[in-house]
Amino acid sequence: MTRFLAITRTEMLILRRNRWLLMATLIMVLFALALTFAGSAPTGTLGVDMLTVSVASMTTLSVYLAPLLALMIAFDAIAGDVDRGSLSLLLSYPAGRGEIMLGKFTAHLAALAFAMTVGFGTAGAVAAWFGGAGPESLLALVRLILTSILLGAVFLAQGYLLSALARGATAAAGLSAGLWLVFVVLYDLGLLGAVVMDKGGTFTQSVFPWVMVANPADAFRLWNIAATEGVAMASGMTGAAQALPVWAAPASLLIWPVLGFALARAAFRRVEP
Amino acid sequence: MTDKALSITQVSKDRGKARVLDDITLSLAPGQRVALLGHNGAGKSTLIKSILGLTSIHVGTIRIGDATPGSAQARRDTAYLPEAVSFHPALTGREQLTLFAQLSGSKADVRGLLDRVGLGNALDRRIGTYSKGMRQRLGLAQVLLGQPKVALLDEPTSGLDPISRQDLYAIIDELAGQGTAVLIASHALTEVEARTDRIAIMREGRMVADDTLNNLSALAGLPIRLKVLASANPEALAAELGGNRINGASVELLCSPDDKMEALRRIAGLGDAVADVEMTPPKLEDLYRHYAQEEMQ
Ligand SMILES: Nc1ncnc2c1ncn2[C@@H]1O[C@H](COP(=O)(O)OP(=O)(O)OP(=O)(O)O)[C@@H](O)[C@H]1O
Ligand SMILES: [Mg+2]
Repeated sequence: MTRFLAITRTEMLILRRNRWLLMATLIMVLFALALTFAGSAPTGTLGVDMLTVSVASMTTLSVYLAPLLALMIAFDAIAGDVDRGSLSLLLSYPAGRGEIMLGKFTAHLAALAFAMTVGFGTAGAVAAWFGGAGPESLLALVRLILTSILLGAVFLAQGYLLSALARGATAAAGLSAGLWLVFVVLYDLGLLGAVVMDKGGTFTQSVFPWVMVANPADAFRLWNIAATEGVAMASGMTGAAQALPVWAAPASLLIWPVLGFALARAAFRRVEP
Repeated sequence: MTDKALSITQVSKDRGKARVLDDITLSLAPGQRVALLGHNGAGKSTLIKSILGLTSIHVGTIRIGDATPGSAQARRDTAYLPEAVSFHPALTGREQLTLFAQLSGSKADVRGLLDRVGLGNALDRRIGTYSKGMRQRLGLAQVLLGQPKVALLDEPTSGLDPISRQDLYAIIDELAGQGTAVLIASHALTEVEARTDRIAIMREGRMVADDTLNNLSALAGLPIRLKVLASANPEALAAELGGNRINGASVELLCSPDDKMEALRRIAGLGDAVADVEMTPPKLEDLYRHYAQEEMQ
């Protein structure tokens, strides 16, 4: 127990020392603020408060940024230590591999949570100050922050998996970039293509929503959109959300981190330092 | 309960088609210092990693005390210094050693340990700014955490300056003094010759020698070298003694340990023709060459 906390403490120290925490937080704050101001124009036409619109644009932002930031820390977690040659020494200590991974995960997730909370929190506060907020839009903001952290957890675990499978940190970085591209960009493009080809047939009706929600990035989007009518209206996509039971998106987003962590743990077991 | 700190019995390991460890048997008593020698790729690091449970073996058994490699007990009882040790460059020496102390669960005096290895002035600097030898010292400091039963040092003197090497062997003696069995993989023959109790030599995954230096010398039957300096006529001296002429005025004789006294008597009998005699017993270097290269040609 204390051993995994020792790893966590050290990892936090590293994230602060190499300015990762500062940069990630800065990026989140800047993008969130920029989107909030850019998206403030259509407020009147939709008849919702500014925070609602802000959350809708930040949801889109988070789909891209949360996986990216998570992968940026995670790819080095195992492969980096193998490259440096420090993993063999670490593994000669009584800490088990599971403890080591859990320790790193805790630190990395805490860092992501910090960056998300500060970034979205600041932008949300600014939006509420200028354009008003209600209980519903505040709830949407809290949901956005929490689900963004979950989405980060998904991709942290995926990053560890790649880091354990790759030969070296450079390869792990490349694989992570590929993974991000597939989940965040190509997956949706593929689905879009399939829907267009299908012309509203059975695929679009019954299969498509499930394939979509299986992707954690889309599950994140659906969860945030389906939960708030205002956000759904502002983002202009309600179709898929209505075709699925309410638990589908949360289930996907909760299962992924656990599954990913288990896979990463299994891959780490086979790493020979 | 065994009385051995470390026992390795008939261990073999394959990597792909190659046999990197071949029927290795070796044991260390508490407090014993054993040098592990062998050419590049002989399997020294692999053997050490299998003792740590970092890499699996296919045949044979390894025990640290009574514990199997990689078990929680074994990890508590072993200390390890990897070859070319390195750490995260963003941490300071103090932070890195504190982490290791917490992982090992020992209440260590981190500052004292860093002072002990001569890093007292650098303890709050990032490891990224350390020189190679300083990183090696930091690696050594973590070996001293807790009271390990077995210390496995993989080329501990690489990158260390002459004074630091002296310090290193003092630390090894200290470890041995407190009952830790120390296995030192090394290429620095002259150093380990004087500072270890036993020599083990590996060749292509096999253990070809494992004994004290004296016994190995006797076993190998390597000749003693006698260098006789002629006072006037080296030609005549060489003819008389039947040796080789070297560097103008000297004659070199090789004789077995049993014939040594006889040869000395003959030289003494030559009277004024001999100005000086120098005798060199076989060095570890000669022994190493004998054991590590035998059958190689
Ligand atoms: N990760 C690895 N994958 C494949 N083969 C390996 C690996 N590590 C070592 N080997 C092989 O195992 C053999 C023994 O290597 P090892 O590192 O144990 O040698 P060594 O005695 O420590 O050599 P050196 O003096 O150079 O450190 C070599 O033939 C090497 O090529
Ligand atoms: Mg080696």
